[in-house]
Amino acid sequence: MQRHLISAADLTRDDAVLILDTAEEMARVADRPIKKLPTLRGRTIVNLFFEDSTRTRISFEAAEKRLSADVINFTAKGSSVSKGESLKDTAQTLEAMGVDAVVIRHGASGAPYRLANSGWIDAAVINAGDGTHQHPTQALLDAFTMRRRLVGRDAGLGQDLSGKRITLVGDVLHSRVARSNVDLLHTLGAEVTLVAPPTLVPVGVGTWPCEVSYDLDSTLPKSDAVMMLRVQRERMNAAFFPTEREYSRRYGLDGDRMARMPEHAIVMHPGPMVRGMEITAEVADSDRCTVVEQVANGVSIRMAVLYLLLGGNEPAVTHARTTEEK
Amino acid sequence: MSKILIRGAKVLGGEPQDVLIDGETIAAVGTDLDAGGAEVVEADGKVLLPGLVDLHTHLREPGREDSETVLTGTRAAASGGYTAVFAMANTFPVADTAGVVEQVYRLGRDHGYCDVQPIGAVTVGLEGKKLAELGAMHESAAGVTVFSDDGKCVDDAVIMRRALEYVKAFGGVVAQHAQEPRLTEGAQMNEGVVSAELGLGGWPAVAEESVIARDVLLAEHVGSRVHICHLSTAGSVEIVRWAKSRGIDVTAEVTPHHLLLTEEMVRTYNPVYKVNPPLRTERDVHALREALADGTIDIVATDHAPHPHEDKDCEWAAAAMGMVGLETALSVVQATMVETGLLDWAGVADRMSAKPARIGGARGHGRPVSVGEPANLTLVDTAYRGQVDPAGFASRSRNTPYEGRELPGRVTHTWLRGKATLVDGKLT
Repeated sequence: MQRHLISAADLTRDDAVLILDTAEEMARVADRPIKKLPTLRGRTIVNLFFEDSTRTRISFEAAEKRLSADVINFTAKGSSVSKGESLKDTAQTLEAMGVDAVVIRHGASGAPYRLANSGWIDAAVINAGDGTHQHPTQALLDAFTMRRRLVGRDAGLGQDLSGKRITLVGDVLHSRVARSNVDLLHTLGAEVTLVAPPTLVPVGVGTWPCEVSYDLDSTLPKSDAVMMLRVQRERMNAAFFPTEREYSRRYGLDGDRMARMPEHAIVMHPGPMVRGMEITAEVADSDRCTVVEQVANGVSIRMAVLYLLLGGNEPAVTHARTTEEK
Repeated sequence: MSKILIRGAKVLGGEPQDVLIDGETIAAVGTDLDAGGAEVVEADGKVLLPGLVDLHTHLREPGREDSETVLTGTRAAASGGYTAVFAMANTFPVADTAGVVEQVYRLGRDHGYCDVQPIGAVTVGLEGKKLAELGAMHESAAGVTVFSDDGKCVDDAVIMRRALEYVKAFGGVVAQHAQEPRLTEGAQMNEGVVSAELGLGGWPAVAEESVIARDVLLAEHVGSRVHICHLSTAGSVEIVRWAKSRGIDVTAEVTPHHLLLTEEMVRTYNPVYKVNPPLRTERDVHALREALADGTIDIVATDHAPHPHEDKDCEWAAAAMGMVGLETALSVVQATMVETGLLDWAGVADRMSAKPARIGGARGHGRPVSVGEPANLTLVDTAYRGQVDPAGFASRSRNTPYEGRELPGRVTHTWLRGKATLVDGKLT
């Protein structure tokens, strides 16, 4: 393991599998009467959120607290890009307070990379979403969810996602979730297909380790998992697609389309869902949809990442682990 | 007046010769010239060039004296071997009136390190809506002949047409910052493979190329001349080449950094590499070098863009665009053009002195190294190799992309009208 987690692309297959396996151990904690491990007792972690994200922050906070870390929440919404120095100043303030790790969400792509590599601080940096770049713990929790559903909870231990066919649908251009997932799923051996209108696929996507299709219907029967990405309504005003209805007709997932997926295939969504736009209520509420599991799994994954990055003292994984370098 | 004998310099890279400066002019060029009481500068093995001329400099004064002033900027210019710089209009206040351009011009003259020729704004406040008083700026003491809204594109086709037509009355030229504004909203770097991966907003090549195509056609239509600032893509080269073959009066510049660096540097997310137009691909870099060599691109211009540390020591999206360039330009050109065999030193003198002086109408600059010419000269130790150390810069700002990089060549002496501004690498 590296010292920071900035991009899903930085993870090797063994790193990723180790995190997923560790997360299975962490998930057991949630089944206990007292959902807490002493692993990070005495460690201080700051959740540094320059951008609103209640879900991600709470997920990290829950993970940190279940590992007994001391948690500081810092919200600096809107102040970052207008005053560039605030990231550096804020980081150094936190460093001065003896912080061990910084979980950062930032609207600017590359801000966590800068934080980790500019010499401003010594703490471990965990990217909790930066601009349209990366959101590695989201990709990990998605992979964890897929492995549990498509390989099996116990059968999955030590396994990757070789041969699984995963389809990501929607606003790839602006999606850090898509970028992270393409990187990680490829590393884990899955075959990834991106489906979107051409306006929402970045120029340069040709070098990504995935297929690109503009046609959802032909892709669905070949998918083991279909992940719907959120489409912001304001994209319509920027002429990425003509109307909301047209988008839904061509790229939305409804009951009819879901019926074309293989029996075992699951529907995923990173949330928050825009019901009626990219996904209908019928699909969102079906038992094939894993949105709620993804949220629960997010806590386990973040516990695993924090545990592995901060090198806890207590063993968390009971089976053989690959070599860990800190 | 003082006499200086430059002994044994390779004039324009040719055979060693002696050059005698008497007062403000070159008094003699030959071999075994008698020193006759002149101060002697031993230039064995060094290359003597006409003083360099930069058609694209940001001096920041008035308004952003924390980044650069006319004094610090012209000292940086002298360090880099320049004897004349054209100062861009995007100051605060904008150089869109006779008053502002005269102020900048006079500061340059008073400091005496480098002639400063102000560039006037094309439109009031660089807003692209209403022509600035181009005639008044031309008639002022500054004698402005180059007009540019640099930093912004004159994107309204009618305003651009009118500006091109209007400046014909006094032989002016419009220097266009070619950037289609709608195609570059939120742009952070070259649009392509790397931007897709990094999740940074793309600045597509077509946003530059489409404006250049439009402007050369406008220039043809109204029979005027247009200059393209910091051309950065292979496609732009093709358009300029086509326009020239068609007889359109277009000139173009390339920056040193676009001759050397590629978008791959952005992977560091270090804003020192953030510049407008953005660093492009390897293919573009090679097209630009070839075009500079074959004359499609007429000149090298630095786009020297000083910014204070705090405007670069932050996350990429928040950082200012631009790099300093005056003090490293010649080294980069030596590395990318001379040492690759694409250009000889006479070619360098042409692209970095004669042609920019001619495009901008800088009288007395960019002249041959011959008797009777103004003694605007630069002496270069081309054998020098060293790492770039921004701590030694004369510029007030340090935002160079070359820190720690080894570059060849070092300017040891610069003379402005016979007066040394740089001696043995030290400013006077």
